[in-house]
Amino acid sequence: MTMQHNDSLLRFMTCGSVDDGKSTLIGRLLYDTKTILADTLTQIEKTSKKRGMEAVDLSLLTDGLQAEREQGITIDVAYRYFSTGTRKYIIADAPGHEQYTRNMVTAASTANLAIILIDARKGVLTQTRRHSYLAHLVGIPHIVVAINKMDLVNYDQTTFDRIKTDYLAFAEQIGLQRDGHDIQFVPLSALNGDMLVDRGDNMPWYKGQTMLEILETAPAAHTEQSEEFRFPVQFVCRPHASADHELHDFRGFMGRVESGEISVGDAVTVLPNGYQSKVKQILLGDQQLQSAQTEQSITLLLADEIDTSRGDMIVKSGANVEPVKQIEAHVCWLSETPLSPARTYIVRHTTRESKAKVGTISYKVDVNTLEQQATADLKMNDIARMSFKLAQPLMVDSYGKNRATGAFIVIDESTNNTVGAGMIV
Amino acid sequence: MSKQPLSHLDWLEAEAIHILREVAGQCSNPVLLFSGGKDSLCILRLAEKAFRPGRFPFPLMHIDTGHNYKEVVDFRDQRAAELGERLIVRSVEDSMKRGTVVLKTPDEPRNKHQSVTLLEAIEEFGFDCCIGGARRDEEKARAKERIMSFRDEFGQWDPKNQRPELWNLYNARSHKGENIRAFPISNWTEMDVWQYIERENLALPSIYFAHQRDVVMRNGAIVPVNVPLASGEVIMPPKAGEEIINMQVRFRTVGDITCTAPVQSDADTVSKIVLETATTTITERGATRLDDQTSDASMEQRKKEGYF
Repeated sequence: MTMQHNDSLLRFMTCGSVDDGKSTLIGRLLYDTKTILADTLTQIEKTSKKRGMEAVDLSLLTDGLQAEREQGITIDVAYRYFSTGTRKYIIADAPGHEQYTRNMVTAASTANLAIILIDARKGVLTQTRRHSYLAHLVGIPHIVVAINKMDLVNYDQTTFDRIKTDYLAFAEQIGLQRDGHDIQFVPLSALNGDMLVDRGDNMPWYKGQTMLEILETAPAAHTEQSEEFRFPVQFVCRPHASADHELHDFRGFMGRVESGEISVGDAVTVLPNGYQSKVKQILLGDQQLQSAQTEQSITLLLADEIDTSRGDMIVKSGANVEPVKQIEAHVCWLSETPLSPARTYIVRHTTRESKAKVGTISYKVDVNTLEQQATADLKMNDIARMSFKLAQPLMVDSYGKNRATGAFIVIDESTNNTVGAGMIV
Repeated sequence: MSKQPLSHLDWLEAEAIHILREVAGQCSNPVLLFSGGKDSLCILRLAEKAFRPGRFPFPLMHIDTGHNYKEVVDFRDQRAAELGERLIVRSVEDSMKRGTVVLKTPDEPRNKHQSVTLLEAIEEFGFDCCIGGARRDEEKARAKERIMSFRDEFGQWDPKNQRPELWNLYNARSHKGENIRAFPISNWTEMDVWQYIERENLALPSIYFAHQRDVVMRNGAIVPVNVPLASGEVIMPPKAGEEIINMQVRFRTVGDITCTAPVQSDADTVSKIVLETATTTITERGATRLDDQTSDASMEQRKKEGYF
């Protein structure tokens, strides 16, 4: 047996509440892919018994912290891992209640696929709409609507079809498919494992993929959209004091390719100053590359001596990006301290920071009804469309075009806390 | 558009390099915690890929309990020398001499006291960020840990007062006296670590591989006995009535001798360990950490007190 090392990686999130069987779904995915090992199982068996339950409660696998276990709720995003031999998965497990909008946005920010859980007995609910709206807002390209607890509706196909029709009508309303999100439906019994990893015998009418098949075949991040090259400089390597004299003129721009591709010889521009040069060398460690792609952490050497530092952005010459000093965005407020329009904040965008003042707040969105309301401030979990005026220019793209260069966080200067998450319109 | 996505190891590597460079870019005086263990050896390789041909923008530091395996301590020194990077060692035994660490009994495991010595070292050098090798898959309490985790002036981790962390926009800002703990391999599993060691051909201390060792069975765990330290002192005598067995074992995790148990194994190469890891039925900490078993929440408790 040889071990497969070239697995791809998929990051996904699960939306739903404990009542929808979310923890059971995750527990079962981990259990059926043999990620849960004997000692962990023994421990949750003990806890299940202590709580007077007859069967092993797989949801205990995902209840992390002592405070949460005592309260029986999940209050923060937890990350779980499993691997199938062909793919490694990172699950962001976010609690689904209304007051946890910020956790959902956090989990969604790194996810490429969202599983939205619906209880087959209840159909499309307010929270389903909320979860879908947020998945849309944060730009998750793949949506899997998992209609769970099919065992409680006698595995009835018409129930499944009806919920599917309801959901599609709602999806149309918020423009999910129009904006390029792809939606799949799967009937499930997470409790019994039907259509999760195994098909089971209860739903012969369903011919589509099982949940695991959907996960196994969903495109990994950054493989679908063609994006322009964006390279925010993280760190400049100048080993001029090195004993090795050959290195005295070495000047490496270190960073991660946030989008697009770059090859040796490409003409580049360094923003915001607009210096022009050519790529002389691309390094990954001591390995020389001819070209580099999205998500690779590399070192770029340019043909000309250019004064560049952290926070600058290298793009291909002629790229469609201009430094801007005002941004318009959807902002999710994350802090218990409300946004104060009078204060100055820090906006961090890629590797660049700027002081920022609130411009105008156009409206906030009720995440349940999706209605727009006028507002003067923002409280935790609010989502608003607003603008910021910036002290320093930022090189931005719209979030819909580029998640990496369309996103920013807002930092409170006095506490250093991360208080807001922004998506540039 | 179908570009070939990065393999999971390439992706994890790229993410970790990005995190290390963010620490270097955002923090003014970071330090990399280096024990000689497998996770920190991966981080050293990642740091090479992140910063060479320059020097690391941080020193290495080990908090030594005085009860570490000689093989690991020797390896630690050798590796730091090969890299030509500065290694700081601060010792729990010095904290004991200062009276800031008081053991209840002389043979009490010293792991939890590392946090005192760590905080003393942070204050001594004014470090604003400590880079560590903790992974979210190790233990439940770590599943919600941030990649950049905030600690207050007392080094405490407050699970309810962590900064939201979105996209790859890390916030490592801190005020004087406060501290960030950065975990570049948060998203790695034990399997990823071993696959990376195999791919990168990383050298490891010998005790990670199957070897013969005198042990006793105690409460269902394999406990090493009569272990010689670098000083020549021999610790961990068997208790009365315990039968010494010479067993073929390896360590899945290395730490303070008094609280790290080996597993029975004949895996004497990295590829055999990768195979064994794929088929094991016991979690890494479950079988091998004698200090995590006290309660379901024991790790969380120690983290709150400033343990890494």
